[in-house]
Amino acid sequence: MIELINIRKVFNAGKPNEHVAIDDVSLTIETHKVTVLKGPSGSGKTTLLSILGCMARPTAGRIMLQDREITSLPERFLTEIRRETFGFIFQQFNLLPGISVIENIMLPAYPNGERFSSLKRRAERLLSLFDLSPKAFAKIEWLSGGEAQRAAIARALVNDPGVIIADEPTAHLDTKLSREFMDIMARFKAEGKTILIASHDPIVHEARGVDRVIGMRDGKIIDAGAV
Amino acid sequence: MFFKPAILALFAGSLLTSGLLVGAAFFGAKILLHWNLHSGSELQLNLERRTYLISTLVAYAFAFQLLSFFLFIFTADHLHDFFAGAMCAAGSLNANSWGYPAVTLKVVNFLLAGLWLVVNYTDNKGYDYPLIRKKYVLLLAITPVILSETIAQANYFLHLEPEVITSCCGTLFTADAKGIASDIVAVPPLPMEIIFSASMAATLGSGFYFYRTGKAGYLFSFLTLLTFLIAIASLLSFISPYIYELPTHHCPFCLLQPEYHYIGYPIYLSILGGALAGMGAGVLMPFRAIASLNKSLPAIQKGLTIVTLIFYSSFTLMVVYQIIISNLKM
Amino acid sequence: MKTFIEKQRNILDFALASLLRRKGKNLALAAVYTLIVFGLGSAMFFTQALKKEAAIILKETPEIIVQKLVAGRHDLIPLSYADKIGKIRGVGAVQARLWGYYYDPGVRANYTLLVPEDYTLAEQSIAVGEGISRVRQVSKGSLLSFIRAHDGRYLHFRVTGVLSQESALLSSDLILISEPDFRRLFGIPGGYATDLTVQVLNKKEIPTIATKITQILPDSRPILRDEILRTYDAVFDWRAGILIVVLMGAALAFLIFAWDKAAGLSGEEKREIGILKAVGWETGDVIQLKFWEGLAVSLSSFLLGVILAYIHIFLASAPLFAPVIKGWSILYPDFRLTPFLSLYQIAILFFFTVVPYTVVTIVPSWRAATIDPDLVMRA
Repeated sequence: MIELINIRKVFNAGKPNEHVAIDDVSLTIETHKVTVLKGPSGSGKTTLLSILGCMARPTAGRIMLQDREITSLPERFLTEIRRETFGFIFQQFNLLPGISVIENIMLPAYPNGERFSSLKRRAERLLSLFDLSPKAFAKIEWLSGGEAQRAAIARALVNDPGVIIADEPTAHLDTKLSREFMDIMARFKAEGKTILIASHDPIVHEARGVDRVIGMRDGKIIDAGAV
Repeated sequence: MFFKPAILALFAGSLLTSGLLVGAAFFGAKILLHWNLHSGSELQLNLERRTYLISTLVAYAFAFQLLSFFLFIFTADHLHDFFAGAMCAAGSLNANSWGYPAVTLKVVNFLLAGLWLVVNYTDNKGYDYPLIRKKYVLLLAITPVILSETIAQANYFLHLEPEVITSCCGTLFTADAKGIASDIVAVPPLPMEIIFSASMAATLGSGFYFYRTGKAGYLFSFLTLLTFLIAIASLLSFISPYIYELPTHHCPFCLLQPEYHYIGYPIYLSILGGALAGMGAGVLMPFRAIASLNKSLPAIQKGLTIVTLIFYSSFTLMVVYQIIISNLKM
Repeated sequence: MKTFIEKQRNILDFALASLLRRKGKNLALAAVYTLIVFGLGSAMFFTQALKKEAAIILKETPEIIVQKLVAGRHDLIPLSYADKIGKIRGVGAVQARLWGYYYDPGVRANYTLLVPEDYTLAEQSIAVGEGISRVRQVSKGSLLSFIRAHDGRYLHFRVTGVLSQESALLSSDLILISEPDFRRLFGIPGGYATDLTVQVLNKKEIPTIATKITQILPDSRPILRDEILRTYDAVFDWRAGILIVVLMGAALAFLIFAWDKAAGLSGEEKREIGILKAVGWETGDVIQLKFWEGLAVSLSSFLLGVILAYIHIFLASAPLFAPVIKGWSILYPDFRLTPFLSLYQIAILFFFTVVPYTVVTIVPSWRAATIDPDLVMRA
């Protein structure tokens, strides 16, 4: 369970272009549920997501992860926690060009120092789970939109995280693929994972299996959503 | 003389290493002034990023210091042809008053940089950077020592005058000459052998005890340092003569020459490595009470203790082996 | 420990793949790097090899050479001095040497003439070094008539042989001549020689004997072999040092280039690192990545540079450097240096090249490693 207490995030503090991205947000994300952050661009969804996912540190406030305060943890510890707990799916997929699909999937696990062979096996299993096995050694540039999305999801799962975070996952997908994506998320929820999605796509908000929709605007929560 | 390639290389190398460390100290000063872990401000984030830079700089400086120590000795050795009366590095180093101080400072800096790296590694294991202030104070304290070494080395090379007749290790390290080296050498071998064996045994013993029980860490660390100094003295006193099979040949540098199968390198590496690890374990002793380190610190100390035990045992085995196979009987 | 090794393996794997992904930039860097190592390495190998050759050659020379000085200049030495020196305790054989220089205005070259000790040439016969044979277009059987004696007469000689290629370093400009011809050519009377060589039986006694010689023959100058060796060493080193200092300019340019390449991350590279950090690599991991990348480039360039320098100096006889190091001379010997490589030289070369490169890339690597993953979230 992730708890945010009075979180505030300010960019370029003290300078003329100071920008308050998140303004006093307190939030609790429940485990094993699908939570969606909804709001227009500039509402702070992405910033909130990166703070929730331990990718950025808040300017003020506290974060608790499973009752452990992680606000001022040094980067190396934060990264380790992030690697083990969270799997990220980015809006642009952000797969590394120039290396193969299977290498992309294995990448997040390199710093763990596990044996290459067992890591490879895990990656191969994930590939077959998403019907990507024939494309294992293909370059990212050759994948179709749907295949790239599935590769991005597979990469997010390589460290078997408890929480999946997705930022505007359906932004570049057509309706069919968007619905497929939400089905995959529902499957993960059934397996006991916690899902956190930021999106302004109605297909995402209205998908069955979504437990809570939180509305944001100008860095504040305007609709805490039914739990 | 200064334009010999080796000297230019060493000079450039030592300038770079000092530069690295001075840069690190400079960054460290900023950290000391503004560090505040609980602020999420940009400055704090920058300072945290900076700590990575500093540890990288010091790690490289440490590696170069070790390499340059051996290169320096090697160069001094090669220079002996230029000085009438010098047969090995011992003579070349004595060609002016900067030679031996430069070597001593090199060893000291190697140990200091290594110790800083040990403290840094330990600090990184704590989730709240527990040792950060102490670490950077230590770095600032080390900086003048580093600078002295660069100055000493530069002066040594600049003031080399090949026409000067210097002493060969044969006269430097004999009992009649003046100075601490000859005092050590004047002691007959048997008492020195006893002192060496006793201190090595005590060190290894206390190491085992510390490893097992975690107690008497300070004692172990102190003994490590003591044994290091005694080992150097022993090299002068009886180990070298056994290796050279000549009771009057006490030079510690001739060991590095090919005639003796470069045995000097493993010998010096093991004694330096063991000393560093043991002293590292000691340096961490005051921090045992810190909460964020209470799991990792004992483990690190144990690791360092094992390293010392292995290195010191290897040193002892090598030395004993050399004494056994030596044709000299003293 | 095991996890540490596995982690380094994984990162190394990725590092090599990254380097190959940006072939253009990395090949340019590696090429310049290799060139620098090649340049410095060639300079060092060449001077080391020459020093070694000089040492080997000089080993055979006599321990002391005695010359007579008149008004501070080298003059002919009377053979009676040899008897006096021979009486000193510790002295072995004392031999008289006849040698001198001849300037040939036709090719503007200086020849060294020597009367060999171990054999006698027939009168009016000479043996010439391969440099002379090239420059004057003579070979075995040729007739030489251009040599002018001290009194203006032209002397004729028949070439009985050309000195071997292997000895070219010493003999390129050498003419071996018989004693009577030598004396006739230069006008040197019978009781005199150019200098004396003194063999000393116990090496440790050399300085003492040299002192004794100056005592009994105050106008003599003994030259010790060790002094010659040291002087050669110093001169070669000095020349090598100058060459290195000159190359330092190139090395500095290289370092600036390296810094630029390391610091100038393209937008794509920045994005890549951002992605790595976003998926779970921390700053330390990226620093290790940069370390392996740097090491891979350094080691391969260093190795290649050393190999090329070796080939350049020892297999191709250093066509690029010969003029500077060997000194001004019309008669460059055409020779092959004996390969001489030591760990010490490699270490010095390492300190000149890999160490500065590594140092220069530390800060850029760190800057790259501290890229905020947030960048990638917002893209």
